[in-house]
Amino acid sequence: MTTLTKTEDAAAPTGADPFLSVRDLYVRFSTEDGIVKAVDGLSFDLERGKTLGIVGESGSGKSVTNLAVLGLHNPRATEIKGEILLEGQELTGAREKTLEKLRGNKMAMIFQDALTALSPYYTVGRQIAEPFMKHTGASKREGRQRAIEMLAKVGIPQPNLRVDDYPHQFSGGMRQRAMIAMALVCNPALLIADEPTTALDVTVQAQILDLLKDLQQEFGSAIILITHDLGVVANTADDLLVMYAGRAVERGTVKEILTEPRHPYTWGLLSSMPRLTSDVTELLHPIPGTPPSLLSPPTGCPFHPRCTFKAEVGGTRCADERPPLAPGRASACHLTAEQKQTFFIEQIKPRLG
Amino acid sequence: MLPFLFRRTLGALVILFLLTTFTFFVFFAAGDPAQMSCGKNCTADNIALIHQNLGLDKPITTQYWDFLVGIFTGRNFSVGHCPAPCFGYSFATKQQVWATLLDRLPTTASLAIGGAVVFLTVGLATGLLAAWKRGTFVDKTFTSVSMVLSSAQIYILGPIVMGIFVYSGLLESPRYVDFTSGPAAWGAGLLIPWLVMATIFTAQYTRMSRSTMVEQLQEEHVRTAKAKGMSGRYVFLRYAWRGSLIPIVTILGMDLGSLFGGAMITEYTFQLAGLGRLAITSVTTLDLPMILGVLIFSSALILLFNIIVDATYAFIDPRVRLS
Repeated sequence: MTTLTKTEDAAAPTGADPFLSVRDLYVRFSTEDGIVKAVDGLSFDLERGKTLGIVGESGSGKSVTNLAVLGLHNPRATEIKGEILLEGQELTGAREKTLEKLRGNKMAMIFQDALTALSPYYTVGRQIAEPFMKHTGASKREGRQRAIEMLAKVGIPQPNLRVDDYPHQFSGGMRQRAMIAMALVCNPALLIADEPTTALDVTVQAQILDLLKDLQQEFGSAIILITHDLGVVANTADDLLVMYAGRAVERGTVKEILTEPRHPYTWGLLSSMPRLTSDVTELLHPIPGTPPSLLSPPTGCPFHPRCTFKAEVGGTRCADERPPLAPGRASACHLTAEQKQTFFIEQIKPRLG
Repeated sequence: MLPFLFRRTLGALVILFLLTTFTFFVFFAAGDPAQMSCGKNCTADNIALIHQNLGLDKPITTQYWDFLVGIFTGRNFSVGHCPAPCFGYSFATKQQVWATLLDRLPTTASLAIGGAVVFLTVGLATGLLAAWKRGTFVDKTFTSVSMVLSSAQIYILGPIVMGIFVYSGLLESPRYVDFTSGPAAWGAGLLIPWLVMATIFTAQYTRMSRSTMVEQLQEEHVRTAKAKGMSGRYVFLRYAWRGSLIPIVTILGMDLGSLFGGAMITEYTFQLAGLGRLAITSVTTLDLPMILGVLIFSSALILLFNIIVDATYAFIDPRVRLS
């Protein structure tokens, strides 16, 4: 996979620049309790027209990373280090005016809960038209026309009437469609979807994911799909990044990670997923413990306090030494390649059925 | 909208009725107004005569019924006819209650409107500026100054301001001049009361508008607007401000309602003859018709502003409009 040929740490470019390249990103918030290390040295690349899934528990830094791409963190309370290159343009530390021109235009975001993410005070049409008018200089009428067109595209019936509705007059699925219409109104080259289907019921979920795929084919956008649902990623993404405690712990293609995961955390994620085909008496295997506090993340491998395989590594290596994430298909774990394979086949795979 | 207003008006009338009834009957538990107006060396005959003149010799229920009917039809007293809406004659001044109320209203209304203009403009402007510059020196200055000012008291601030500006001849001594007889004189006479009264309100509005704006700026829909590439100023004024309107309008409605019902302390401090002072005087002299008049009048104003606020919600928030 060409998108996965970069190392975690090395900034050395190989060949053509990727469309989006995040290099060694650190995001830290200063809070009353101390410094929260929300993203801790993250790197990934994304090509045009591809979909990158980012999975991980709540608080693993998925959303924070992507808000950093759009530059939406409050600069007064946030420290951002590292590089975010969008077609070679540096976004970290870019001027607000520069970012304003990119947001909603070249890069757009779909938020999780459309009910709270859309303003209750303005019509759906106006909220869709706003970025279009701002970025293309279109008139109010053209903006409205465009909003109707976009609503039709995302499958809202009677778009010429619904354009004047307020978000609360839409159903949950329709609101999410409207949100997608809003994000796509300027044909963004990069679309970040932050748990776009989490608040929806399953049937609507599938429709929304199909819609995203269709629109991606039409516009050729690159998509970052943030989710904690591996099922969503399986059908939608090309590549996958598993995050834990603000770091990438495993990366590969979706197929590679779902069929041959190599990190104990990914094993945990897969084992804790209920399956339709499994027997009711069969127990799920949740990951023991809770995600770490990012105020004082664990030393070494951040997953070691919850890891059931740390004894296999031997000594206190897991607690002392941070495992690197090698280039390409890789996992950040001190277990040897043979161990990973053996444990997966002997202990994990039988659970996955 | 119309059924809503109808329902609210009906509710307000019920509240007014209950309030009137309660006050009327509680009053007679408080003491004998004839004794008050007669003084210390009073004979039983004198008291009986006063009772008869004031209509206090009739059963309380009859008095109450006459009072209620009088509001809608007017009443005839020994001193003359009292046209509807008739709240009777004051025990203390022998003036018609309704005429007295109408006489005092312009003072109170002028005080309320002028004060509100000052505290709204200054309070919201500083609050918004503090929210825009949150975390900076400007924000901290405004916040701490408003903290100090909101704990100031009119009866302390008033004399100090008077001492500085009136005795040095910079500003006119507070007095009420009717607006029709000269807007300049009207404004000059009320300038000090406006400023002093507005100080405390301004501080409250600064703090409130700042905090609701800061809260709104953290709302997800405000972040979405930013994510669409809308400018910081646009997001601030269109998205965050729009969401801040509801709490601000709510408090404003309550404040205006009580200000129109009479700013007791301000009127007392600056010796202005408004509804607030009328309320205090009538209570201290056990002037039943006047107490009832002021009470009904002030309560009606407060209820009216409440209805206006509720109707305003519908304009601000489309979710209210439809339900």
